[in-house]
Amino acid sequence: MSDTHAETVLFVRETMLEQQEPPSSIVGPVGWARSNLFNGWKNSLLTVLSLAFVFYLLSGLLPWFFSPTWYSTSLTECREILAGHEGACWGVIRERWLQLLFGFYPSELYWRPILTLILLLLALGPVLYTDYFPPKLLYFSAAFPFLMPWLLWGGSIWMPLMVAAGFGIGYAVFAAMMKVANAGISLFVAAVVAVLWWIFLAAPVANGIASLVPLLPLEPVPSRNFGGFMLSVTIGVTAIGCSLPIGIVLALGRRSDLPLVKVLCVCFIEFIRGVPLITLLFVASVLLNIFLPPGTNFDIILRVMIMVTLFASAYMAEVIRGGLAALPSGQYEAADALGLDYWKAQRLIIMPQALKISIPGIVSTFIGVFKDTTLVSIIGLIDPLGLANAIRADTAWNGVYWELFIFIGAVFFIFCFSMSRYSMYLERKLQTGHH
Amino acid sequence: MTTLTDPPAESFKLSMLVYDTRYRSYTFQIIALIAVLTLLGWLTNNTVQNLHDLGKEVDFGFLNTPAGYDINQRLIEYDNQDTHLRAAFVGLLNTLLVAVLGCVTATIIGVIVGVLRLSSNWLVARLMTVYVEMFRNVPVLMWIVLAMAILIESLPSPRDFRGDTPEATMKLFDTVAFTNRGVYVPEPLFSRGIGDLSVFGAFGISLDLVAIIVVLIGSFWVAKRIGRKADATQEATGVRPRTWHVQTAVIVLPVVLLLILLGFHLGYPALKGFNFQGGTHMRNSLIALWLALSLYTAAFIAENVRAGILAISKGQTEAAAALGLRSNRIMNLVILPQALRVIIPPLISQYLNLTKNSSLAIAVGYMDITGTLMGITLNQTGRELETVLLGMLVYLVISLIISGVMNVYNERKKLVER
Repeated sequence: MSDTHAETVLFVRETMLEQQEPPSSIVGPVGWARSNLFNGWKNSLLTVLSLAFVFYLLSGLLPWFFSPTWYSTSLTECREILAGHEGACWGVIRERWLQLLFGFYPSELYWRPILTLILLLLALGPVLYTDYFPPKLLYFSAAFPFLMPWLLWGGSIWMPLMVAAGFGIGYAVFAAMMKVANAGISLFVAAVVAVLWWIFLAAPVANGIASLVPLLPLEPVPSRNFGGFMLSVTIGVTAIGCSLPIGIVLALGRRSDLPLVKVLCVCFIEFIRGVPLITLLFVASVLLNIFLPPGTNFDIILRVMIMVTLFASAYMAEVIRGGLAALPSGQYEAADALGLDYWKAQRLIIMPQALKISIPGIVSTFIGVFKDTTLVSIIGLIDPLGLANAIRADTAWNGVYWELFIFIGAVFFIFCFSMSRYSMYLERKLQTGHH
Repeated sequence: MTTLTDPPAESFKLSMLVYDTRYRSYTFQIIALIAVLTLLGWLTNNTVQNLHDLGKEVDFGFLNTPAGYDINQRLIEYDNQDTHLRAAFVGLLNTLLVAVLGCVTATIIGVIVGVLRLSSNWLVARLMTVYVEMFRNVPVLMWIVLAMAILIESLPSPRDFRGDTPEATMKLFDTVAFTNRGVYVPEPLFSRGIGDLSVFGAFGISLDLVAIIVVLIGSFWVAKRIGRKADATQEATGVRPRTWHVQTAVIVLPVVLLLILLGFHLGYPALKGFNFQGGTHMRNSLIALWLALSLYTAAFIAENVRAGILAISKGQTEAAAALGLRSNRIMNLVILPQALRVIIPPLISQYLNLTKNSSLAIAVGYMDITGTLMGITLNQTGRELETVLLGMLVYLVISLIISGVMNVYNERKKLVER
């Protein structure tokens, strides 16, 4: 066949043609621009408009941004330096950046919040990046919540130690009860004992020991001196850390078979989610003292922390409930078939998967909580925004606003953006499907 | 030989309350109930005790006493001799006003940005990403305060509009004045208006507005009927009659006729003395709040829209194309109905967030329910418990209504599965 074919055709190529370069219009920068920026007249128009917009923005912004006013001491001086040109007045940041970071914390004690931040990063390391940190560091992560208040507020170390002791006592009671009762009862009794310890005994015991053996007493710093980003991070980290476990409990409660528990959880979650955070902060600032026994007067920051934590927990519960609902019911049935009891099934099968599904939601709740810490400026705490208002009220800087808000916004952006990037990293790392 | 016998009837023992799964759930629930009731009782007891010590019994009578403060941005008549209750109502209307304005603007911006983020144009997609990330990662309160600062510091004061060579001029053919005291826009006036409808003698609703809305709804209903009829004709004969000109006429003509009958004209703002007179005055606080809330929420809505469109698998587009549908038909008939099912629930919860975030109005002095009831009324009467609880109740009711709407929608649009 092939012979006849060869005879009927005059010419048959026996070697392949040399490969040619693709036309220059579809590869390289030109090709990229043609396919991504100028494919069709609509897209070309959009591109031109966007370019004009970007050019307009940058031509106004860049000269404004790079203005030589770093060493000015007032807005008037900035105007003199700029001599009629538009420009930023960065002197306000140079003069007040420490205040924006630490509020009115005594400047000779700045090492304490800085050390706390370093320790916080060290404590977060083994939790966030399990691959790069030795697991033993987790013990330090567990100890950090007790170190933080001691370093920030000062005072004797015995108080946080006694609070930590409550967990120890609870565990001891739990271990002792396990010999005579089942897990549920033991847990309940242990919790009751620990709570009783915290309410009635921890403070007197700590004060008693502190007056006898003052171990590592730090100079106390009152809450009214807290401010700036230190305050935001303190409230944010506490609320984030506490809201996850409470949220898990609430989510399990909402999906519980026990109707009463379910109703209680639903009421709590829907109530908290139905009101704005600012009203809860009003409760913290004016009502909490009315709800508590006469004479109780505890710290405003602590009150705010409690309210923000409750707020975050309700949102967290809904996110985790979503994760639980998204889990195929086969997982629950498989856990039952293996003979696991409720808590073992939750711990080994359900929660690891449900939490993994809910990572994006959990992290966006975290970001939301951290951003919402700015609301405390409305009830009179001096967070970055409160400080910005105070600085703008100063005669030297009256009329400055872009510079301050750019600084504050940039810091918030760095925190929140890195949180969202971390959640993407975690999602990729925990990805077990085939994609 | 099979004999079925009941298991030996056990006598009830106290330990069964803990070990027997039949009884254990009751035990736990009763313990939980007792714990919660104890907590509530303890809180109530403390509250009663504390209030008694302060000499303030719970009493909502203060709501009927004169408020004694002015509210500059209001939708209904109000003066400082009116009651606290009316002040709170003015605040509630202000909350709803900014919430509705914000939701509408946020939806428009959000949908546009969300679609553009998926654009094949690299530059546009990047710009939209920058916008979304910038607004999502910075607190909304900062945007509100910043918007307020920009409006106050950068806009000209009314006095700059005076003189023969003014430093500032009115924009949009001399109809709108942007000043640092707010924006003055033309107001609709009716020279042959039909007056106000008094609701319980408390406040009036403009009958002109009601008439316009009723006529509009009627016209749209008629236009829709014409569309249905065209559908039926198409089903029967395969040829769709041209209806758009009839529909447009049905919608436009009656309203225009009504406006002429009512003597509709615009009242333009004009500089008189030291300030602008006439026109509608939108305070800076309202504009700052509206702008900041819309832009902030729009960033979240854009993400929801993008996620919704991405959630529809590519096979749907391809299948529709294989059926011979044109690209706009594919979008309208295949992609959007499916994407909306994904988009709407998070969209409504964004509306909920926007409404709750509108309580930050207090930071710029916009008198919403937080600023009136939980702000000035609280400070003037010293009734912390009553005002804060009432304010929370109002927000709770708004939230429950919005989530109720969402549940109804979800129920109607639920995928019907086997």
